[in-house]
Amino acid sequence: MKKVKHRNSTSKVLGFCLAFLLAFSTSIFAQGDPVAGKSLFNSNCAACHKLDKDMTGPALRGVAERLEKDWLFEWIRNSSKMIKAGDPYAVEIFEKYNKTAMTAFPQLSDADLENILAYTSEEKKAEVVPVAQAGAGDASADSGMSTDLVLGLLALILLVLAVMLFMVTKTLNNLAKQAGVQAEETDSVWQKFVKNQFLVLVAVIAFMLFAGYHAFGFLMQVGVDQGYQPVQPIHFSHKIHAGDNGIDCKYCHSSARVSKTSGIPSLNVCMNCHKNISEVAATTADGEYTKEFYDGEIQKLYDAVGWDGTKYTGESSPVKWVRVHNLPDFAYFNHSQHVTVAGVACQKCHGPVEEMEILEQHAPLTMGWCVNCHRETNVKVEGNEYYAKIHDELKKKYGVDQLTIAQMGGLECGKCHY
Amino acid sequence: MKKSLVKIIAIATVLVSVSCKTDTAPNYQFFPNMYDSVGYETYSESEAFNNGVEAQLPVAGTVKRGWLPFEVPNTAEGRTFAKDSLVVPLKMTEANLATGKELYGVYCSVCHGTKGKGDGNLVKREKFLGVPNYKDRDITTGSIYHTIYYGLNSMGSHAGQLNEKERWQVALYVNKLKADLTK
Repeated sequence: MKKVKHRNSTSKVLGFCLAFLLAFSTSIFAQGDPVAGKSLFNSNCAACHKLDKDMTGPALRGVAERLEKDWLFEWIRNSSKMIKAGDPYAVEIFEKYNKTAMTAFPQLSDADLENILAYTSEEKKAEVVPVAQAGAGDASADSGMSTDLVLGLLALILLVLAVMLFMVTKTLNNLAKQAGVQAEETDSVWQKFVKNQFLVLVAVIAFMLFAGYHAFGFLMQVGVDQGYQPVQPIHFSHKIHAGDNGIDCKYCHSSARVSKTSGIPSLNVCMNCHKNISEVAATTADGEYTKEFYDGEIQKLYDAVGWDGTKYTGESSPVKWVRVHNLPDFAYFNHSQHVTVAGVACQKCHGPVEEMEILEQHAPLTMGWCVNCHRETNVKVEGNEYYAKIHDELKKKYGVDQLTIAQMGGLECGKCHY
Repeated sequence: MKKSLVKIIAIATVLVSVSCKTDTAPNYQFFPNMYDSVGYETYSESEAFNNGVEAQLPVAGTVKRGWLPFEVPNTAEGRTFAKDSLVVPLKMTEANLATGKELYGVYCSVCHGTKGKGDGNLVKREKFLGVPNYKDRDITTGSIYHTIYYGLNSMGSHAGQLNEKERWQVALYVNKLKADLTK
C-alpha cells in the first residue's frame, strides 16, 4: 500500500514539473528571451542604438510598447523600402535622424527579433556600486589619518617635555639664587670642545664631507624631473585606457610612429570612443575616484571639444595639457627613430604607464641614462641587406657578434647635440 | 652658544626647504635659457595667432606636404561610389600586408578583434558595442578605405592617425581578414 502511495506522489510531482516547464517554455516563445536578445542587440543594433539615449538612431528602451510589432519587424528587415513606400512614421523617423538609412537585417528570424524586443522591454536596472572597493578606500584613508594622529601626538608630547625641562631648569636656577649657592666656574662643553684642536679638526672634516655629499646630491638633481607628476586640466587615467582596456599606446600617440614627438592626441581621437562612452561603468570607480568624478572629467572633454551629446556645437577651446617629459632644448630626441626603427617598447623609457592613474616621469632623462642604454642595447641588424657589409666590418672591428648602439656611433656628441 | 644655535637652525631650515621638493611642479634648471626652446615647441602656447596656440589648421584650400585630398564625399552615395569604383593604389605584397597587420593591431583590433570577428577587448568588456563581424558586412577595399577615412556610425574617423598609404595597407589587410573569415 505504501508503495502505491509513493508511486502516486512521484507521478504527481513529475506531472507538475512538466506542466511548469511547459508553461515556462511557452512564455519564452511568446515574449522572447531577453538574455539571447541582449547578445543579438549588442552585436547587431548597438553600433547605432542605445537603450536609454539617442545615438545615430533613437533610444530603443520600450520600443515594443511604442510601436506595433509587425511594423517594427518590417522596418528592421528593410527600412528603406518602407520609406520609399511612403509610410508616414517611417519617413518621419528617417527625416529626424539626419536621413541616415538603417542597415537592413533580413537575416534576423522572427524569434531573434522577439528576443531583441524582449531585451529592449526590460526595466532599467539600478547600477550596483561595488561596496567592497569603496570600503577598501575608506580603510586606507583611515590608516592614513591614524598615522598622522600618532605623529602629531608624539610631537605634542615632545613639546610638552621640552617646556617642562625648560621650566624645571628655570625653577632650580631661581631656587639656587635664593639659597645663595654659587655655581662653580667651569668651562662649558662648548669651550672644552673649542680648546681641543684634534676634536675641532675631526669635526671640520666630518662636516665638510657631509656638506660635500649633500651639495653634490643637490646639484646633481637640478634639472632632473624624475617623478614629476603634474596635475592635468582633465584627469586622464592611463591605467583605465591603456591598462584595463588594453588600448595600444600608439592608438592615441600615433605620431610617435612617424615623427619626432610622441604627440598629445587631438580631441577628435578622444571622441573616436567618447562619442559613445559618455559615462564610466560603475565598476570603473575605484576608491577616491568615484563614478561621478570620472563622468565629470568626460564632461570636461565634451565642453572643450564642443559636443552637446548628439552633435558638435562648434564652440571648442584648447585643453592646456601640462607636458610631463621635457628634454632640454640642446638635446635632440626623435620618437620615430626609437619606436618604429628600433622597435623599443614605450615602457622601456616611460615605465609602467598602463598602471599609472596619474602619469609621472619614470626615467631621469639624463644624459647618463641615455648613454647607458645605448651601451647596453644591441641593434637588430638581421634582414637589413643594404647595410650588411658595413655591419660585418664593424663586427670584425670590435670583435663582437652583436653590435651595440654605442659601437654604431650612438655615443657621438653630434648625434644628439647640434 | 647663541650664535651656534642660530647657525644650526639656519642649516636645518635650508635642508628642510630643499627636501620639500614637490612632484607637481618641475624642478629647478641650471640655465633655463638653454633648456627652453626659443622657437615654439610642438603644441605650445603662442601669441602669434588669434586662438593662442601654436598648432594651427591648414589654411583653407591648402594641403599638407605628402597629403592628398580625398574627394569622395562622406555620404551614402560617396560610400557606394568608393565601394564600387575606388582602385587600390598598392600591390597586394607581403610587405604591405605585414604593415597593414601591424597597424590593424594598433588602431582596429581593440574593437574589431585580431581576426576581425568584432570581438576586440573593448567589445568583450562591453565598453563599445555593435562591432560587426567583417563576414557579415558587404565591404570592398574601397569601402573600407572610405570608412577608415570618415568613420561609420559609432566608428570615428582615423584619417588623422593613418596617412594615405597606411590607410590602404590597413584596408588591404581588412579585406584579407574578411576573405579568411568567409572561407
